[in-house]
Amino acid sequence: MSATIRIVAAPRSSSSRWSWRDPRARAAIWQVVIVGLLVGTIALIAVQTTTNLRSRGIASGFTYLTRSAGFEIPESTLSYSSRDSYGRALAVGIVNTLRVSTIGVLAAVMLGVVIGVARLSSIWVVSTVAKWYVEVLRNTPLLLQLLFWYSVMLALPTVHDAIHPLPGVFLSDRGLFLPSIGWHGGVPSLDMPQLMRFSFRGGLWITPEFATLLVGLATYTAAFIAEIVRSGVLAVDKGQTEAASALGLSRYRTLRLVVLPQALRVIIPPTTSQLLNLFKNSSLAVAIGYPELMSITTTTLNQTGQAMEAILIAMTCYLAISLSISLGMNSYNRRVVLRGQGA
Amino acid sequence: MLHVDMQNVNKWFGAHHVLRDVNLSVTHGERIVICGPSGSGKSTMIRCINRLEAHEKGRIVVDGTELTNDVKKIDEVRRDVGMVFQHFNLFPHLTILENCTLAPMWVKRMPRRDAEEVAMHYLNRVRIPEQANKYPGQLSGGQQQRVAIARSLCMSPKIMLFDEPTSALDPEMVKEVLDTMVSLAEEGMTMLCVTHEMGFARQVADRVIFMDAGQIVEVNEPRAFFENPQHERTKTFLGQILH
Amino acid sequence: MSNATAMMRSVRSAPMFRDRTNTIATAMFGAILVYLGARFARWAVVNAVWTVPPGVGSAPCRAVAGSGACWAVISDRLRFISLGTYPLDQQWRPVVASLLFIALYAASARRSWWKPGLFVLWLAVPALAIVLLRGGWFGLSSVATEFWGGLPLTFLLSTVSFALAFPFGVALALGRRSEMPAVRTMSITYIELIRAVPLVSMIFMAAVMFPLFVPQSFTLDKLLRAHVAFVMVMSAYLAEVLRGGLQAIPKGQYEAAASIGLPYWPTTVMIVLPQAVRTTIPSIVNTFIGFFKDTSLVAVIGLFDLLGAAKAVIVDPKWVGFGVEVYLFVAAVYFTFTFSVSRYTQRLERVLSAERNH
Repeated sequence: MSATIRIVAAPRSSSSRWSWRDPRARAAIWQVVIVGLLVGTIALIAVQTTTNLRSRGIASGFTYLTRSAGFEIPESTLSYSSRDSYGRALAVGIVNTLRVSTIGVLAAVMLGVVIGVARLSSIWVVSTVAKWYVEVLRNTPLLLQLLFWYSVMLALPTVHDAIHPLPGVFLSDRGLFLPSIGWHGGVPSLDMPQLMRFSFRGGLWITPEFATLLVGLATYTAAFIAEIVRSGVLAVDKGQTEAASALGLSRYRTLRLVVLPQALRVIIPPTTSQLLNLFKNSSLAVAIGYPELMSITTTTLNQTGQAMEAILIAMTCYLAISLSISLGMNSYNRRVVLRGQGA
Repeated sequence: MLHVDMQNVNKWFGAHHVLRDVNLSVTHGERIVICGPSGSGKSTMIRCINRLEAHEKGRIVVDGTELTNDVKKIDEVRRDVGMVFQHFNLFPHLTILENCTLAPMWVKRMPRRDAEEVAMHYLNRVRIPEQANKYPGQLSGGQQQRVAIARSLCMSPKIMLFDEPTSALDPEMVKEVLDTMVSLAEEGMTMLCVTHEMGFARQVADRVIFMDAGQIVEVNEPRAFFENPQHERTKTFLGQILH
Repeated sequence: MSNATAMMRSVRSAPMFRDRTNTIATAMFGAILVYLGARFARWAVVNAVWTVPPGVGSAPCRAVAGSGACWAVISDRLRFISLGTYPLDQQWRPVVASLLFIALYAASARRSWWKPGLFVLWLAVPALAIVLLRGGWFGLSSVATEFWGGLPLTFLLSTVSFALAFPFGVALALGRRSEMPAVRTMSITYIELIRAVPLVSMIFMAAVMFPLFVPQSFTLDKLLRAHVAFVMVMSAYLAEVLRGGLQAIPKGQYEAAASIGLPYWPTTVMIVLPQAVRTTIPSIVNTFIGFFKDTSLVAVIGLFDLLGAAKAVIVDPKWVGFGVEVYLFVAAVYFTFTFSVSRYTQRLERVLSAERNH
């Protein structure tokens, strides 16, 4: 809260006569003016937009959501065909966004912790390699990295010359094929990908687009998490380690019981904002064509012309998910991170 | 006419009653030293005089102006009342000279040349004109506090408030600041000083005030105050700080 | 002492051999790294095709595809990647504009130049660059914005957006700390809404929705719309950075200003903001670098900034399939810029915190 204003803050029981020199009166007038300007601007834009829409013959509204979308979505967790509605396509997009973000978050945290610890290693080669990983990934645009990874995926051999390191594992320009576990008559069985004429059939298929997005998001975010982990561990006062060893705790116990719990307090808040960034950055899929929320939105707006509605829906979805993630994280922070800080 | 007049002043910080019915009248040129244990409300009391804190009950009249919500009157009072803080509060991004010329230029609309002349005059008085173009961070604590005094004086205040001006200083620097304050007192400035420098109180104070738990417990002229305190709490306090 | 022992000594004290664990690790990882490095060098240098003679298309590159890099795509399309489709005979203009921007960044790195005047420079240099690129004055032929591209466009987008976003960021940061509930609520809502949605969605919004907001006689070109989106987003992020700086200002500063009679605005302008900006300069620069990288997102709405131009190169059938080479090159350009700036901020942060602590 601003100390400047607190200084002239109104006492509870002074003269309540209205006066222009009373800071409360001034504040009230200012606020009315500012809110008025804002409302006026919004109204002006709204009026202008309605006129524009009418003169261009665009019917606004959300009824398009029930119309048949007519485009295919190459990968979907929900059942979907081109005869399904735009609304259904949107749902597929949201699920795909959540899918790539969730897996991406797990991968980014694991990789980030490994690299962060490597960065602190006393082994010179290890810490140097980790350092350059962080520098390169942080200092180039994420979109560029995604396009790079996508080029790499597409430069892989064709299906017929697929890289075949393990039984049932095939890596080609059509993506990665893995054996999957299926159920046949109540008995689990291994489902191996089989090479057909143009592609593999069966098993688990990871498309180049999904793989690109996952690798791109996870490696990029991991670089930021690594820096957070490193500075978190370094932030723990050296006296803490010394005090712990003076008490006779082993190196491992010192790390486990004294250093890590304190480092986590420093690490968790910025990490959560990195995870939120990963979620938001998944929208860059629009550049490589993985059918998540943003890609479905742009396809929809190109086909229907309902630009305003499509964008507003997409932004609302991102907003809702972001806000719920940060609310969840904040309450977690309050319970775990701030515990014992007397605040 | 009274220079500062406080009548039945009360203030709360939330549920904490920090000032209880404080009554204090200060005449022109009077020098008052206020002491008391920490949390007794002594700082809050003098901060009410230039409305860094707003009182919630009672009346405060400073140099004929009553302090209310009226911003214009608050500005008037602040122009006439200077304040020196425990932690100097110099503006670290401005030079010593700029610290001193800021208010005359922006509040009194004084031309830069005149403001600088005034500033150099007061920097001379606190005996650090040669530091004018340095930044506060390059000065010792004692020097910074003397600059803070000069900065206040540049507004030609009629009343000076001192809020523990020497408590944050290394012992060897206390004297230079006290000397400056003594010379101010000798010129007839109305002064209210929160301080535990009892030597200073003996030397310049017209009255010494002892506060405890938000109340003025005892007021007396210095000799009687130190040699013959009336209240048990005053005795205890003096016993603690004098030995 | 002989030369040999001196050399042994310096080898021993090198970080990779300072103890037994390090020596073993260096040997192990070193072998792997040398192997990988050799494979990369074979692709990037030994088997690489550096130029193609005119008239043969990309055939020499296709011949080594998979085993050697095709740097010929860079030499062939360098002008397009770095300057977009700006008219060939006028290309000195984008080159001069880029140099102006680089000079501006270099000037901003000097601490003695951190004065309010520097902000004016951040407005003047982009204005000058726009005049230069646009032409139509002083006998320069006029060039429409759709021909602008490459590095100057990247510089222009990030610099203009940053300079315009800064005052808004200041206003939002002050608004967020205001005691007027309406002002505070509006600032918080704006900042949090903007930060909760992806930048891409803001860019799309600007591209497709803004034309609907203004009278039809008023055409907003695509580049301008992109700028509006960046200004909107950057101001929210800058506001958060500045808020940190405002919070770090001790209460005593406000009290001292009040005690000498300074009202709200002089206090804010002369006392509060200079200190808040000074302490957050490293974060402000980091925000700038972040957005410098993020201007690459305009590639998705079809602007040919550095990345957009690179993306367009490999759509050309002649060079399709050489994305890895093109993107590595563009990455190197971005890296050179952002890495040096981030090195600068790291050093600055150390210097500033050392100054604060004494």
